[in-house]
Amino acid sequence: MGATGKEKPKLYESGRRVDGRGLADLRGIKIESRVLNDADGSAYIEWGKNKILAGVYGPSECIPRHDQSLYRSVIKCRYNMAPFSGMEEHGRSGPSRRSKELSKVIKEAFESVIISENFPKTQIEIFVEVLQSDGGTRCAAVTAAAVALADAGIPMKDLISAVAVCKIDGHMAVDPGKEEDNFGESDMPIAFSPRTGEILLFQMDGLLSREELSEGISLARQASEKIRKIQVEAIAKVYQEPKEERFLVIK
Amino acid sequence: MESINEIKRDVLSAVLAAGKRIDSRGMYDYRKIVVQPGILQNAEGSAMASIGKSQVMVGVKFDIAKPFLDRPKEGVLSTSADLLPLASHLFETGPPSEDAIELARVVDRGIRSSNTIDLESFYLEEEKVLALYVDIYVLDHDGNLIDCSSLAAMSALLSSRMPKIENGSIVRGEYSGKLPLKEHVVTCTFGKIGERMFLDPSLDEEKGMDCRLTLATTSTHLCAAQKGGWGTYSERDITELLDISTEKGKELRAML
Repeated sequence: MGATGKEKPKLYESGRRVDGRGLADLRGIKIESRVLNDADGSAYIEWGKNKILAGVYGPSECIPRHDQSLYRSVIKCRYNMAPFSGMEEHGRSGPSRRSKELSKVIKEAFESVIISENFPKTQIEIFVEVLQSDGGTRCAAVTAAAVALADAGIPMKDLISAVAVCKIDGHMAVDPGKEEDNFGESDMPIAFSPRTGEILLFQMDGLLSREELSEGISLARQASEKIRKIQVEAIAKVYQEPKEERFLVIK
Repeated sequence: MESINEIKRDVLSAVLAAGKRIDSRGMYDYRKIVVQPGILQNAEGSAMASIGKSQVMVGVKFDIAKPFLDRPKEGVLSTSADLLPLASHLFETGPPSEDAIELARVVDRGIRSSNTIDLESFYLEEEKVLALYVDIYVLDHDGNLIDCSSLAAMSALLSSRMPKIENGSIVRGEYSGKLPLKEHVVTCTFGKIGERMFLDPSLDEEKGMDCRLTLATTSTHLCAAQKGGWGTYSERDITELLDISTEKGKELRAML
């Protein structure tokens, strides 16, 4: 890889990663729920340098009608990157092939936890806007969207979270940053249902042995438990410190 | 939908006739305004602005581009607006709506015609200029997106850093100072129902109003204007609103 054309830096040296983390350390994660007024549920996440906003509408009447199901609510998702989100050149607006794929896998992760049979003929829409990207946007998106769905009061079997693992200089590490994403040997985003331990989103590229795969999944599982705590705190905070105004404050 | 707006108009005009507004503001008062500049690190410039419950983010990016054929010695300024579907149940996914295009063009005209940005200084070499992209990202819609967007855009431009150029390309993450700006452009948008005019229409007022007038001003001049809606303004209305814009512009500029 090395999409930026730069030399591959040393990714793991004397127990430290490029940004100084250990192999099982997450970047800093902050979640704020209920930041938008019109959306039924919303959440803003800062994960490393990632800044992502999720908004949820529904259950509402499913339009167009031919998308409707008589048996359940239809889950829709749009993952989108702002044209100013990247460090490199100005992006194009409108869906890319990448953002369409991510929209699909994010939607499918939620299809098994949202109790959609309660709302036949309706739709639940999940909108994710990546305002600033720094590697691992899909995992941060799933994590924020889960909080936004909870904020919207949509019944779910579990509060899901996602995190990626990577292989850097032969070592499995959790939550790759932009450089590790670009120059690492493998990248594997995973979303878990923490209650059952089931895997809801799973993608992988690069080369991994069977042992490395197991090590990666267990690293991700441990990390996702930490993320879940931050999600629960964000939801609780809305009720512990009720705000009069819904406001997105970015620091 | 249309009958609801008819009812809204009836209620609004009854309240306005009594010299009041539905949220008990004065005729020429803004709702609460908050401006947060420099909120993103990857973009060369950024800001958020909110007016009442409307929230808008603006990101500024620089690229290298070819100049326009008719202006070979000038840089490119491009403004776009996204009415994000998460901002309102009224917004849908898909290509930009006419409202989004109008919003972007009105904000663009204010910035462009004030000459606040010296586009000639963006010339690099033959067939190579700097392009500046101003992207308006509407996050929450409660009316008067034009003023909210132009405030966010101006604040984002004020926070913008000039990219470092080496061998004809941009070195990302390194900067060569701030983006020089000559003027602080702000817009004031006025709604009108019957003969009554008011500043900063909320979404409820927008639904019921006959028309709106946006005036973009620098500290000395009117630099862009846009009328929207089916209603009409007299010449006196417009000069009166320009006087109010000039006064209110000072308040807005103080927030930048």
